[in-house]
Amino acid sequence: MAEILARVRYFAGALLLLIALAVAAPVSAQQPSPTNPAGHAVKEEQLMQQLQRLDGRITIPDQRAATLIQPAGQNWRNFHQQTLHWIGGIAILGMFVLLVVFYAVRGTIKMSKPRSGRTITRFNGVERFTHWLAASTFIVLALSGLNITFGKTLLLPLMGPEAFATLSQWGKYVHNYLSFPFAISLVLIFLIWIKDNIPGRVDIEWLRRGGGIIGNDHPPAPRFNAGQKMIYWSVVIAGTAIAISGYLMMFPFYGTTIAGMQLATLVHAVVGVLLIAVMLAHIYIGTLGMEGAFEAMGTGEVDLHWAEEHHSLWVEEEIERAGLVHRATPAE
Amino acid sequence: MARMKFLCDADRCIECNACVTACKNEHEVPWGINRRRVVTINDGKPGERSVSMACMHCTDAPCAAVCPVDCFYTTADGVVLHSKDLCIGCGYCFYACPFGAPQYPRVGNFGSRGKMDKCTFCAGGPEADGTPAEYAQYGSNRLAEGKLPLCAEMCSTKSLLAGDGDIIANIYKERVAKRGYGSGAWGWKTAYRETIAT
Repeated sequence: MAEILARVRYFAGALLLLIALAVAAPVSAQQPSPTNPAGHAVKEEQLMQQLQRLDGRITIPDQRAATLIQPAGQNWRNFHQQTLHWIGGIAILGMFVLLVVFYAVRGTIKMSKPRSGRTITRFNGVERFTHWLAASTFIVLALSGLNITFGKTLLLPLMGPEAFATLSQWGKYVHNYLSFPFAISLVLIFLIWIKDNIPGRVDIEWLRRGGGIIGNDHPPAPRFNAGQKMIYWSVVIAGTAIAISGYLMMFPFYGTTIAGMQLATLVHAVVGVLLIAVMLAHIYIGTLGMEGAFEAMGTGEVDLHWAEEHHSLWVEEEIERAGLVHRATPAE
Repeated sequence: MARMKFLCDADRCIECNACVTACKNEHEVPWGINRRRVVTINDGKPGERSVSMACMHCTDAPCAAVCPVDCFYTTADGVVLHSKDLCIGCGYCFYACPFGAPQYPRVGNFGSRGKMDKCTFCAGGPEADGTPAEYAQYGSNRLAEGKLPLCAEMCSTKSLLAGDGDIIANIYKERVAKRGYGSGAWGWKTAYRETIAT
């Protein structure tokens, strides 16, 4: 009995299923296929409007290759070929013209009193070593760096492609390797001169009087005047920015993405040309622009009258210290 | 003269990576260098698409613009090539390239790069066509033999098209019209400042 009932149920079930299928079949035939690939397909145009960078998945180890399209490269190209040329050209040529005009108007700033014949130590051996380490490496780094941006326009037509490529190749090596002594000199500069470069009230007075650049004024200044402090801080801050961005470029894609690399080159180039402009002014005033200034970094000894004229507060301090030392020693 | 272009019909690409393999084999590309690669967009989601990408041989190529030693040149066929003798391995072309095409062998210490390597549209380099010197630096020169790039020639689904821009654009247009959909000419707007109206 139970067996017959089970069979009836089986047939009834099968019949119902057939009826259901017969009803459903024409309906599904009228609807579009649910697997139409056009349904959800990503469209390039649509994605590019939404995203700055099209990333996907790849099956090779080089994960940089997962970026399919990055139109940001075109922006970087515009920066490198146009914006940077303008910034660099205006900053460097502008500074050069400014210095030529200044020299034509003011000439070399002479000492107002004749030399005293007595000297005072301005920079000791360690300080001078640090300065010239930074200076010599910076000049080579600056020239090899400028070559990357401007060499194609200025040198390539003169030298021809082969010679220019060889020069640039060596320039790249030199730029990479000299970055290490330059970075070391930056650290030394920071440590050695930080104590004399803290901005103070006396700097406001110096700046208010324009540093005595116009006329024959000599506002009082400690070991470093406000102008020198500005040079110090631009070297420390710009130098750090250049060093960090530079090492990111020397170790490409170590923890950076393509966007990071583009930013690093942008920072490196812009801060670099600005620092070159600042250094032109520094070189001018330390050599051609002022009588007696070069001796400070040359021999380390400056004339007492020069020191009194340009760094009156520092001389007072030094004399006082020498006096203290003198007083501490037993009577003669 | 034809204006050579690549076009990847992503609706046909099955991510088999045969184009990548063919390229590596044809030009004996060293380890770690990929002149061509396949990228899958929206992987695992409905409507994912795979795109085979290499150098697109751009009109007014950004790599050529930013190169500090001017080592790039465009052939009469619109193919962007470069001289490895002049390249200094600075890496700037990779920053400017919208398609991640330039590749650099790792040489020496730090991240120092060797001479840049990229897709040549199977057209070799500045050396004389078909010479061993050209092959050693740039791979084979199929274009000089009247053949098109191998990646596209052996693509099993004919997803990757290489050849004269107008001809491959027409093939793509016909396909889109016939099947009723198309995800677009990937990279064309960026590379050629024009896309294919479908």
